[in-house]
Amino acid sequence: MSLHLHGILRDIFLIEYVMQINTFRFFLLGLLFSISLNGFASGEEKTGDEKFDPKEMIMHHVKDAHSFHLWDWDGHPVSISLPVILWTDNGLTTFMSSEFHHDNSGTHIVEKNGGKFVNLHEKIYQLNDGETSVAFDAEHHPTNAVKPYDFSITRNVFMMWVSVLVLLLIFIGAARRYKKSENFVPKGIASFVEPLIVFVRDEIAVPMIGEKTYKRYMPYLLTIFFFVWINNIFGLIPIINGANVSGNIAFTFTLALFTFIITTLVGNKNYWKHIFWMPGVPVPMKIFLMPIELIGMMVKPISLMIRLFANITAGHIIILALMSLIFVFKSVAVAPVSIAFALFITVIEIIVTAIQAYIFTVLSALYFGMATEEAEH
Amino acid sequence: MDLVTPGLGLVVWTGITFIILLIILRKFAWKPILGAVGEREDSIKNALLEADKARQEMENLKSDNEKILKEARAERDAMLKDAREMKNNVISEAKDEAKAQANKIIEQAKTSIQNEKLAAITDLKNQVADLSIGIAEKVLKEQLSNKDKQEKLVESMLNDVKLN
Repeated sequence: MSLHLHGILRDIFLIEYVMQINTFRFFLLGLLFSISLNGFASGEEKTGDEKFDPKEMIMHHVKDAHSFHLWDWDGHPVSISLPVILWTDNGLTTFMSSEFHHDNSGTHIVEKNGGKFVNLHEKIYQLNDGETSVAFDAEHHPTNAVKPYDFSITRNVFMMWVSVLVLLLIFIGAARRYKKSENFVPKGIASFVEPLIVFVRDEIAVPMIGEKTYKRYMPYLLTIFFFVWINNIFGLIPIINGANVSGNIAFTFTLALFTFIITTLVGNKNYWKHIFWMPGVPVPMKIFLMPIELIGMMVKPISLMIRLFANITAGHIIILALMSLIFVFKSVAVAPVSIAFALFITVIEIIVTAIQAYIFTVLSALYFGMATEEAEH
Repeated sequence: MDLVTPGLGLVVWTGITFIILLIILRKFAWKPILGAVGEREDSIKNALLEADKARQEMENLKSDNEKILKEARAERDAMLKDAREMKNNVISEAKDEAKAQANKIIEQAKTSIQNEKLAAITDLKNQVADLSIGIAEKVLKEQLSNKDKQEKLVESMLNDVKLN
């Protein structure tokens, strides 16, 4: 119990520290967003030619996409084409995203497997039978098209696989180092990853879960720690722009779901008793606490999901917003300021990559520890 | 709203990818690495424990040695004391014996001297007696060679008797 308390306290301190950074970041974020949008609004009034829309640019970078846009060359976008995999009424439909010809405004129609598909803001829509072009309602939602089940290898899936490849190279490479050296002395990459692995074991798993049972959860905790961390880091590399895997709510949702499933599966009698029939309080209180505890059970993974998503996405948005300032003000003079700020934020983001991976892992471990804690009071 | 709605495709791919990654890493990375780290930590712990034990043993040995040394020293001291006592005894015994012997010898010497003295005195007495008799004989012979002198002697002797 004291171990858990200690861990929780430390976690609270850490979260508070992170929240201070976050407060600062969100303050900047709000400031910049308002400047950007105002700039955009005023720009719209003044000029009639093609305007720079920071919101669209930022959203384009932060959200998922069906192709991997690298750069514009001679007025044409250069991008890596990725496979589009759809489950429609006619069954599985696949084609390469290059067939949209970089269009994401829903004008270019791809006909495949008896269906007409358009790319509307990186969402694939299937036109209803007989339609030839997309019709929009007042809020720019398509009225004559439906969304098929989309299992495309998107930009994020692609980058996730790249990160998996890197992880496998690093850790299987490290593991082989141990086989080679007979006296288990870490060398090369192993000497780099071993402190991290030992950190996860000694600072996360053991204090949060307990000496007796922590071993069971080590593979999960290690995998989630490094998986989140490397995707956080990949999101910061500018050249692979928009690889915002860990800032995508689908990604964080899935990982939080795993933590929730494991917590639910390993939960012992004591854990469920604390949720449905809190010991040590009068019966009306027990009944009153039951729904609260039930909500708490759900809120834990949801907070995991939102925390990671919001932190990483906010970091991306803030850097992009800073860069947008140059284009909003249409002045090179803004560039040094923007770059200086973006550099500063990037440095904070580098710390945040590790902190968020750590927090995700710590909280997962804490939930496992709470679910498996034996009654002792 | 789009931003906070999880896309089905990415959820599915993340799930599949994560499970596969977990399985592969567990088998090929975490198990060997954690195993090696654990083994090494165990071996270090054992080595430290053994070193501690060796140190303990060393200390025990040291104290044992000291004990033995102390005992040996004590034994030496005791032996020396014994020897000294024995020496003293021997010397005093020898002294006593010598004294006794000397006394005996002296006693014997005294006795024999006494005897000798007595013998010598007796001898001297005899000789003196003989000599006296001889002298007396000669003196008498001389004295009584004439009539006159014989009468004189008798007369003096009578005088002596008168006196008595």
